[in-house]
Amino acid sequence: MSKIVSVTGNHSASWAARTAIPAVIAAYPITPQTTIVEKIAEFVENGDLKSEYVRVESEHSAMAACIGASALGLRTFTATSSHGLALMHEMLHWAGRARLPVVMPVVNRSLGPPWNIWVDHTDTMSQRDTGWIQFYASNNQEVYDTVLMLFRLCEDPKVLLPGMVALDAYILSHTFTSIEVYDYEEIIDFLPTYEAGHWKLNPKDPMAIGNIAGPEYYYELSYAVHEGFEAARKMIPKVEADFKKHFGRAHGGFIDTYQCDDAEVIFIALGTMGEEAQLAVEELRNEGIRAGSARIRVFRPFPAEQIQTLAQKAKAFVVVDRSLSYGHLGGVVTEIRSALYRSGQTIPVQGVIAGLGGRDVRHTDIKKLIQLGFDVADKGEAMPDIFYGLKR
Amino acid sequence: MVAIKELPRDEYIELGHAACAGCGATIAIRHALKALGGNTILTVPACCMSVIQGLFPKNALHLPVLNTAFETAGAAASGIAAGLKFMGKDKDINVMAWAGDGGTYDIGIQALSGAAERKTNFIYTCYNNESYGNTGQQRSGATPYGAFSTTTPIIGKQEHRKPMARIMAEHGIPYTASISAAYPRLVFETYSKAKDIVGTRFIEIHAMCPTGWRCATWDSVKFGKLAVETGVWIMWEKEGEEWRFLGRSKQIAEGKVQRKPVMDYLKPQGRFRTLIKDSKKVKEFERGIEREWDILKQKVSC
Ligand SMILES: Cc1ncc(C[n+]2csc(CCOP(=O)(O)OP(=O)(O)O)c2C)c(N)n1
Ligand code: SF4
Ligand SMILES: [Mg+2]
Repeated sequence: MSKIVSVTGNHSASWAARTAIPAVIAAYPITPQTTIVEKIAEFVENGDLKSEYVRVESEHSAMAACIGASALGLRTFTATSSHGLALMHEMLHWAGRARLPVVMPVVNRSLGPPWNIWVDHTDTMSQRDTGWIQFYASNNQEVYDTVLMLFRLCEDPKVLLPGMVALDAYILSHTFTSIEVYDYEEIIDFLPTYEAGHWKLNPKDPMAIGNIAGPEYYYELSYAVHEGFEAARKMIPKVEADFKKHFGRAHGGFIDTYQCDDAEVIFIALGTMGEEAQLAVEELRNEGIRAGSARIRVFRPFPAEQIQTLAQKAKAFVVVDRSLSYGHLGGVVTEIRSALYRSGQTIPVQGVIAGLGGRDVRHTDIKKLIQLGFDVADKGEAMPDIFYGLKR
Repeated sequence: MVAIKELPRDEYIELGHAACAGCGATIAIRHALKALGGNTILTVPACCMSVIQGLFPKNALHLPVLNTAFETAGAAASGIAAGLKFMGKDKDINVMAWAGDGGTYDIGIQALSGAAERKTNFIYTCYNNESYGNTGQQRSGATPYGAFSTTTPIIGKQEHRKPMARIMAEHGIPYTASISAAYPRLVFETYSKAKDIVGTRFIEIHAMCPTGWRCATWDSVKFGKLAVETGVWIMWEKEGEEWRFLGRSKQIAEGKVQRKPVMDYLKPQGRFRTLIKDSKKVKEFERGIEREWDILKQKVSC
């Protein structure tokens, strides 16, 4: 029976694995992901989760092992963070291009040097082009629900891609809230057992994954991955609608909007900062200021159309990146400007870098940034990108 | 054996480091660095020593330190050694990689094996606290059979540890040692000897970890010694082609002292709480130990 458990964001991910019963879990510990895999070890040793659990010797091996199991046509799961994700990088491409629906929560943490274990989106942003679907969650229930949605989405024969759900270090990973969890029998209608088609290692129907393909094939195979993403783009609203039908919850599709209908300035961010922004918006609204918040939930496939729709009524965007593409700007603001350029929309988009390496960004900071958005809206032009809170 | 009062007074790890009370790794690095001296460059992958050296902008280590990614100690040291050779300074400056058991047995074995095979001129230390201390005691390839870890939380680890020092010795490197932080003077002597050897030198130090072993901090050295006295940890070295037992392990091998019962070591440590309840498992634990003794005795005698 469904039940309410009081868990951290990390344990929400462990519970989601327990619910979805992956055939194979291969994982390696790294702060602040560790409690995900520790809880899974407990579930497995307790007999609560009948998965094969491989305690590998590195993240590179974790992903390679998931790839091996997924290539048998089995449901697979892992979790990581930061340097672990960076070490997986090669194998992320391998899973993406081999069309293997591995599902993985990633706890967002900075990269060294110096060592720093706090929230920062550089780790997942650096994996933008690996062929992984990317979701960003903003609360514990959303972590749990998104893992289940990802299995459904990624294992869809039209999609067949790996998917990650990112959750902010500590703010989510180590913070308790109550969430609703299910047994597998209760979700089987929503998430049937994974039946890979012909695309698997099978002695009765042998085929090879990944042997050399020259220039006459490679391009088309890349395009096929892209088509998988376009299929995912169509499927995401359907999967979420079906999730809502079964469990009565949804989390906003591509973009979780709050008070955006008549907003003059819209604040855009990923993850928990997007949720924090709702509080800022609420307070500004009480002062009669027409602010809105748009939390981007799906970063790949990128919701360009939804961004264009939002820009139709607003006067300015304020976009905060919790990562920095050194020598250019933040990853999110770049995508947004590119989407608007394509549609010929010219509202000012104020880029902001904030919260790197766990520097706190409070709703009071967000209010300040939104207010700055009103100045920008008045001028009709964005200022150079802002490094908010930088000490000099 | 060097007398305590003859140990150099120089300190290369300062007071105010961030180790837990009773940390064996910290005793070990203190005495290793006393032997190597200040003309040493350290490289440290992710491990407790990343934390022990203290928080930026301070650092408790009085030496140049390259902190590096978890899997890379052997390779980062290879680069430092190559650069020193290029500058003609490889004879004056010691290079030491200081890694944990996770960074050695597991994620770092590839880089270490490659460095040894290339005869890289450096000392590689594996301080072995028998789990991933930095991240909160998950199992490693060095975690003993039957021990609790947070990734083997109920049943205990079901595999024996790898014979890592033997694996390194079999690379044909000029010097390998297996010692314990419970004997700081032996640590000092081992590094004093290793310092003057050219090529890859691998030193594994059994490093008491009250936090992970679930024992009293003030009994830390006692447990390090008990590991050796019960024969659970074996101290030996291989210099050139010659294998020798060291210290208390030598006395045991020569029959001069009896091994204490293994239970004396297992019982008081929280991490063996489940193991000791199952006599079959204790037998299996002991079988692993006997096997290592048998292999090493053959090496030493031939
Ligand atoms: C690629 C990568 N994966 C995981 C980690 C997280 N991590 C840091 S230290 C550590 C364990 C270190 O264990 P060990 O080498 O035994 O040293 P100890 O902490 O016990 O001293 C882990 C898993 C990391 N920093 N980088
Ligand atoms: S966890 Fe163990 S090895 Fe790490 S600092 Fe503490 S006592 Fe030392
Ligand atoms: Mg260790």
